Amino acid sequence: MTSSQSTALSPSLLVAVGRSTEIASPPPDAAEAEKEWSYTRAPDALSARSAYQSRRGLRREIRIFLTNPNAIVGVLFLASVVVTALLAPLLYPGDPLEMVSRPFLWPGQNADYPLGTDSMGRDVLAGIVHGARISLTVGIVATALGLTIGIGIGAVAGYFGGWVDEVLVKIIEIFQTLPNFVLLVVLVAIAQPTVTTVTAAIGIITWPTVARLTRAEFRAIREKDYVLAARSLGYGHARIVFAEILPNALPPIIVTSSVMVAGAILMEAALSFMGLGDPNRVSWGSMIGSGRDVIRTAWYLTALPGLAIVFTVISLNLISDGLNDALNPRFSEERR
Amino acid sequence: MTLLSVHNLSTQYSAGRGTVRAVDDVSLEIETGETVALVGESGCGKSSLGKSLMRLVEPTSGQVTFKGSDVTAMSARELRGLRQRIQMIFQDPFASLNPRQTVRAILTAPLKVHGIGDGKRRREIVEKIAEQVGLPPDSLDRYPHEFSGGQRQRIGIARALILEPELVVCDEPVSALDLSIQAQILNLLVEMKQRLSLSYLFVSHDLSVVRYFSDRVLVMYLGKIVESAPTAALWASPAHPYTRALLAAVPDPAKRKHAAPISGDLPSPHNPPSGCRFHTRCPLATDLCRAEAPRYRSFGENHTVACHYAQ
Repeated sequence: MTSSQSTALSPSLLVAVGRSTEIASPPPDAAEAEKEWSYTRAPDALSARSAYQSRRGLRREIRIFLTNPNAIVGVLFLASVVVTALLAPLLYPGDPLEMVSRPFLWPGQNADYPLGTDSMGRDVLAGIVHGARISLTVGIVATALGLTIGIGIGAVAGYFGGWVDEVLVKIIEIFQTLPNFVLLVVLVAIAQPTVTTVTAAIGIITWPTVARLTRAEFRAIREKDYVLAARSLGYGHARIVFAEILPNALPPIIVTSSVMVAGAILMEAALSFMGLGDPNRVSWGSMIGSGRDVIRTAWYLTALPGLAIVFTVISLNLISDGLNDALNPRFSEERR
Repeated sequence: MTLLSVHNLSTQYSAGRGTVRAVDDVSLEIETGETVALVGESGCGKSSLGKSLMRLVEPTSGQVTFKGSDVTAMSARELRGLRQRIQMIFQDPFASLNPRQTVRAILTAPLKVHGIGDGKRRREIVEKIAEQVGLPPDSLDRYPHEFSGGQRQRIGIARALILEPELVVCDEPVSALDLSIQAQILNLLVEMKQRLSLSYLFVSHDLSVVRYFSDRVLVMYLGKIVESAPTAALWASPAHPYTRALLAAVPDPAKRKHAAPISGDLPSPHNPPSGCRFHTRCPLATDLCRAEAPRYRSFGENHTVACHYAQ
């Protein structure tokens, strides 16, 4: 260390340094750091403390996520839905729309059909199991589509500002002034109702929400000092957007995205309920739709697929909360 | 040799209705190896000047020359080369580090962007600079929120110095820190200056820090530089009434009496006063001051003052 020879301290600063040695009682593990003590480096309570609890990168965030009981419940339930969806062809090979038994078997009446059969004699459990495939596929793919468009447009608008921002905000507003569900119905009605068109239509009506959110986050974050620092270091726009701003803008987007998956599942269900879903695929919404006529006599036909939707949506919401806690280090640090 | 020269630089912000002249017709020079301090009240345009001369904020008019090349005329590509040679240390160490990157990622990125070294060499450079600024060896894989203010400011300094710049703009680098930590960081800046032969533009409102740290002082008031002098000369014979008032306001334990504060607040930069901008608060102000802006007058070697009545 050369500092003590090379620098001339003014008296007042020397006093300040001297005083700090009395106040700061050395932390237990500071013996090593103490040897290095000098005018330019001194042991520091917070860094000594955090040496104990430092966890690397993602592992720490996963740990926080996994200590959240709500998130665990959400993950477990969603995982069981995903596994069910994946195993559907093995559990119930064949078309779930085929008649397998006499109609209106109540749940528990026949051990072969634990959740009973509907008005056409179709197995309700087989329908729910296969319906999980449609619901999850549409939910996830539509959200991915909405996120890609929304983050792209929101990031460009928020980061560059100026006339680019004005044009993009106008486009977002055009989409937002149209009633969402009406637009969805129109889009699906124009194209043939297949899983692909339903997914694309849901993606197209959900991106403006993401775009607005992303734009707001980017506008706030681009003013931060660390973005200024990135500019002063000569980083390109792509690096600033993707490496500096986007990771910090993500928590609200992640929260929104799991809610969006839930929303997309609900929209698909609503479309199918109205008979605008893919007629060749069974979905939770279409099961509710076909059970609607007999709700007074066989309410389980609407209630059971309804419960499947409710639990899937709740578990997605629980996961989104858990993710938010885990991915925001400052917040989780303060809560501990 | 002149490292950086600024000629008639102005920076305006358009804020709501009307514009704010944050920097108004400022000229200055920084020699190689020199530490120049820029002092003034909050809101006088110090930080704007620092950012304008790096073109982090686009200046409205004027010229900035760094080692003979015109910074204000540089293209985006040329500007990227300049980034390697002028760097900045920020005031708030809690805001200037990306909370989602480890210290290693924060320090490695500049090397990647400027194509310095391969993976192994970059690791060596990062470890060396971390050691030089006094970061504990195990700190590289931690996140900024695990550090205290002083340690974070060391990270900020390491990031600014890792590209081996020639000029570092320090934007109030210690004003957010505890007094004891301030001394450590200032000593570190002095040490790094000698080790890497840096020049500093040291923006501050803390005169005791400036006196300790700088070779020359520029006093700024409402977007204009009102006095420029070597540090010793400024303390020995401050000429501008504003400088005198600033120096008198520094608490002195030996005198133990109240300093007469400068009366009033900083006038609105939306609508700066006519003539000499300080006339609304100046004890010497006359009609001449209200009507006519003073020119710079020389008061000995390297000492210039913009005041009609300075003696």
